[in-house]
This record gives sequence, C-alpha cells and structure tokens, in this order.
Amino acid sequence: MTDKQKKVLIRIIITSVLFLGLMIGTHSGMMSSLENTWYMFAICLVPYMIIGYDIVWKAARNIRNGQVFDENFLMMIATFGAFGVGEYTEAVAVMLFYQVGELFQGYAVGKSRQSITAMMDICPEYANIEEDGKLTQVDPDDVEIGTIIVVKPGERIPLDGVVTEGESLIDTAALTGESVPRKAAVGDEIISGCVNGSGTLKVRVTKEFDDCTVSKILELVENASSKKAKVENFITRFARYYTPVVTIGAVILAVVPPLVLGGGWGDWIQRACIFLVISCPCALVISVPLGFFGGIGASSKLGVLVKGSNFLEAVAEMTTIVFDKTGTLTKGEFKVSEIQPQDMTEAQLLELAAYGEGYSNHPIAVSIKDAYTKSLPQETVLDMNRVTDVKEIAGHGLSGLFDGKEFLLGNEKLMREQQISFQVCTTPGTVVYAAYEGEFAGSIVISDTIKDGAKEAIQSMKQVGVKHCVMLTGDRRAAAEPVAAELGIDELHADLLPADKVSQVERLLGLETGTEKLAFVGDGINDAPVLTRADIGIAMGSMGSDAAIEAADVVIMDDDISKIASVVKISRKTLKIVKQNIVFALGVKALVLVLGALGMANMWEAVFADVGVSVITILNSMRALNSEK
Amino acid sequence: MKKKFKLQDLDCANCAAKMEDAIKHLDGVNDASVSFMTQKMMVDAVDEKFDEIMKKVVEVCAKVEPDCKIMM
Repeated sequence: MTDKQKKVLIRIIITSVLFLGLMIGTHSGMMSSLENTWYMFAICLVPYMIIGYDIVWKAARNIRNGQVFDENFLMMIATFGAFGVGEYTEAVAVMLFYQVGELFQGYAVGKSRQSITAMMDICPEYANIEEDGKLTQVDPDDVEIGTIIVVKPGERIPLDGVVTEGESLIDTAALTGESVPRKAAVGDEIISGCVNGSGTLKVRVTKEFDDCTVSKILELVENASSKKAKVENFITRFARYYTPVVTIGAVILAVVPPLVLGGGWGDWIQRACIFLVISCPCALVISVPLGFFGGIGASSKLGVLVKGSNFLEAVAEMTTIVFDKTGTLTKGEFKVSEIQPQDMTEAQLLELAAYGEGYSNHPIAVSIKDAYTKSLPQETVLDMNRVTDVKEIAGHGLSGLFDGKEFLLGNEKLMREQQISFQVCTTPGTVVYAAYEGEFAGSIVISDTIKDGAKEAIQSMKQVGVKHCVMLTGDRRAAAEPVAAELGIDELHADLLPADKVSQVERLLGLETGTEKLAFVGDGINDAPVLTRADIGIAMGSMGSDAAIEAADVVIMDDDISKIASVVKISRKTLKIVKQNIVFALGVKALVLVLGALGMANMWEAVFADVGVSVITILNSMRALNSEK
Repeated sequence: MKKKFKLQDLDCANCAAKMEDAIKHLDGVNDASVSFMTQKMMVDAVDEKFDEIMKKVVEVCAKVEPDCKIMM
C-alpha cells in the first residue's frame, strides 16, 4: 500500500467510527430531537468532510479546468443532493462507501500491475566490468560494444554477447518459458535477460543496450497495450457517451417528473443522485484493458510475445493456420538421418562418404562431412591426401580412389550403371549410395527432420478449434508430401516461390467468412511479406532474430509451435473474462438505473453498482493472468 | 521523435484515456498513448518543437488529472 492509500485508510477508519456513533445515536433515539435540524446537518458534516474533502476539492478544481464529468464531480453532486433532501447520514455513507471502494480498487489495480510487471521482470539493473582486477557495477546503458563484462553465478545477463571465458548453464525461462537450462561455453552467443547458472562467465558485448534482446522485448510488451482490441475501442467509445447520457438522464429525472406530476422535489432529486453515482464507466474502463494486459502477461510467461490486445483477440478467432515448412515444422537443417552400412561399420561408411565428398560444397556433401567431423575429436581436419582421382559423373555422383581403392558415391542410377547390386533405401529424403572396391557399401539418408513435437502441436491446435492446417513450401512435392502426411496437414502447396506464398495466403484469406482469422507461421527470415499479409503473423523468435520480432504480430521465443495452442486457450479465456465483465458491469448498472428511476434503489445500491462492480471486475480480470497452459 | 515518460499517481483509467485524447489533439503530436497499466506515456511528435510540445503536454495533463505527475 502506498502512503497515499494509507492516509485514505486512516480517514476511512476515523469516519467509520464517527459514522457508527452517528448510527447508534439516531437509531437509539438519543438524537431524535435533532433530526432534520441544522444541528444534525452540522454533526454529519464533520465525518463527511473528513472522508470527502479531497473529492470536493478535486471536483471544484476540475470544474475550473473545464473537466466537468469526472467521478469527483458526480460524487460531489450526488452527496450534496442527499444533503439537500435531508438525507444527511446517507450522504456520509455514500461518500464513505465510495472511498472504501476506490481504495480497494486502487489497491487491486496496483497489485495486478505489480504481478504482471514482476513476471516480465527481465530488465537487468547493472553490468559488472573488471577494472584493475576489481569488479565495478555500471549501468548496462553505458557499456560499449566490445567491452568484456563479468557475469557471476545467479546474476542476470545484462547485455547480448559472446562468451570469452568460462562455462555455465543458462536459465532462459524468463525469455522463452523453457525450463531446461542451456549450456554456454567459450564462443557461444548468450542473450540478455537470461539468468546465469553455476559458473562465472566473461562475455564480450556485441550490442548496445538499446539493441539488446532484453530491451527489444520489454519495449514490445510495454507497447502491446497500446494496440487496442475491438472490444477495448468499443468500451472507449461507449464511455465517451455513457457518462453524459446518464447525467442528462439524471437532470431530466430531477426536473421533469416534479413539474409534470407535481409533488415534492426531494424524492426525484434523490433518484437523480442515484443516476449520477452510477454514471462513471470505470468498471469497464479499468477491467477490460486489465484483462487483456493479463492475457498478454500470461502468454509472455510461456515465452510467447503477443504484440497487442488486437492480436490476442484475433488469435481467439483463428480457424486457419498456414505453416511454412522449413524451419517451422521441420528443423531446417539437412542432416544425416540414417546410415545403413553393408559389411562395414556405420563409422567406416560415414568416413568413406565424407572423404569421397571431401572436395564438394554441395549441401548434401556438407551435411555428410558435418556428420563425420562431429564424430571426431574437435578441430580434426580431413586429410584429403587419402582421396585421389575424384571424378564427377554429372547427374549421378562421384567416383574416385580412397586409400588407393575405388569408391562410388551417388544415386540409384550410378549404382545401376556401374552394375553394383544394391539394396534400395525407401526412407524419404535424399539417399546417397556408396560402393567400395566394386561392392555395395551401404546408403546414407539425408533429410530435413521434423521438429520434435510438431505432430502433437498440430493435433492440439485442431483440438482447440483450428479447422484448417495448410503447409506451404518451396520444396519439391515429393519431399514435402511425407512431412505433410506425418503431421496431419490438411492442405499442401509445394514448389512455391516466395511470391506464390503471398498469393496462396491471399487466396486463403479470401475464403474466410465472418470473424474467422488466418494465421501464418514462419521463421520470419524470408517470409516477412506473408507474415504482414496474414491476419496474424506468428514468427519463430529463434532467440533474438530481429527480422522475425519486427515483422510478426506474435513471436514464439523458443520456436516451439506447440505453444500456439496454449496461446489460443489464453486468448479465449481472456476474451471470455472481458465479455463477462462487460455484461456484468453493464447489467448491474442498467438494473440499478432502472430501479433507481422507479424509486426502488437507494444510494447504497448505486455505490455498489459503481465501485463494487469495479472491484469485482478487476478481480475477475486478474484471472486472465493466471491462465495455465 | 518518440519518447517515453513515467507517470506518477495516475489513479484513474478514465483519466488516462482522457489524457491520451487531449495529447493527441495537440498541434505537432503525431501519436500518443497513455498506459494506465504500465503507468507510462509515449509521445510521438515533430522533432523541432518537441520541448515546446512537451510543455503543452504537461499543461493538458495537469488540466485533466492534476495529481498525476510526468517524470521528465
């Protein structure tokens, strides 16, 4: 609680005590002689001023500034009205109840704001620089590129950089939601905002603080609430008309019936005051953005950045999802996925293939060489003297001598042509057959592997209501089809140029009806136009790829597409909460307005319809933050 | 030029919306947002007159919500 809130609390307590005395006094009949006299007015004015002096003061000040329809003014008029018609204790009660509600509301908002910001508390406060053997703490903003900083165990990494000394495990949970720590050793890039594990690291800074991942993400999350959802815009527009309309209603209610029907003014003025108390749209104005803020916060906790409430709203209505294949559904790396040796060990076959392809820079050759060098101790260089007489047989493969003996590396055609009896490999992907000394030596399959969990991710998306999953790829149909089949994709378009992807997405956008939304999921590297064209562009953050973070509306920090389904759930829950709040707040207000006009509601109910409803909707909004996967 | 400011004692969401509206209508302001949630204000205005515009921003904010301070 802030000092300001504490002061209000003290005033509330004092007033409550006085009010209680007042109530006992009036009900026990001790003060019956004073009723409806100036004495009673004076006695009630004391607690009224204690609890409401600031409201009256603010109202007066705001009128001078030309701000008429604010809460303070309305509360002042309402309570003055109550005094006017002789309901002195009611005036005090209303003001007291209003202050209690305001205090609780302020406290609840403060708490929710705190818990959201705490969750996004990834901002490093300092960086350690070593000077003359001593560590000094400096503002990360002042550290220049190339400076060596020291990150001690348990500290937050302040700036992006490359490890120059030390080894540690890094906790990236704050950024990616991933709970398994990453290993960092000399030469590895590390990202600001993560927490260093067990070892001390020396890091060469590669980016200015403003360009660092942590700054970018913070900026993104902070700006997210400025992109408003349709519901929010509706509420803002609604609020603009609501207060004046209700106030005018109050004036009409106070003036017209007494003139037309005759009779006393007092009763009608009291009914008008009830209108004024209800006329603040605060419950909606606070709880709706708070709900979205909570939803965005809950997504960030999972490592998914949603760049605006409007996108969170769109995700809830998503029915079609279009995937780019490479890098999104598959790992995007061509790797040796299978080694099937014949009459030799796997290692021997790989060695043969790696040396055979030694001079080639073809992606297939590179992946074979990578697989081989990875199996060796670090920094071993291939001794290319072992390979001689390499000849390329166009469209078929290679032939040559390895350790003085003849080898063949290539496709099926090569094997047939050289009349080598071989075993056909049926695994999808690119197959390299090898022969050594005229005998079939085995086959190596190179393929782009499907990401772990991609299949489950697509299933879970369908479970949450995505009707149509489409895969777009520039790859050959033959390579794409098995992937699509395995993942359970509904529609596949292969052999596409980047421009074709845009037109495919446009075609699919044209098929949408009503509020249906289409999302495109890509790695953000060369599909920026498609990301912007789709209703929702979802990019793989690949830990700090600027292009992706820039172009997309939703960024999945650790490239795990299974989180899409979780975000859909969060967005639905958020929207549900927001709608509940709108219906509840408007419902209660409308009810009390009607009852008030008919003379069936009192001030107390009016105050409940104002601050009571606010508090309830705020508490409801907080649930959005606690969305589970 | 875009600049962000922290706000202190911004107690009412409706006032935040009113402040935002008032700032947006100032001459030379391209865009503005007042976030009740983060207690921050973003002003995007023409470079040359930024300081002048900020003075006006402070003025209009004081009119809408005198208790709220802009931390410059």
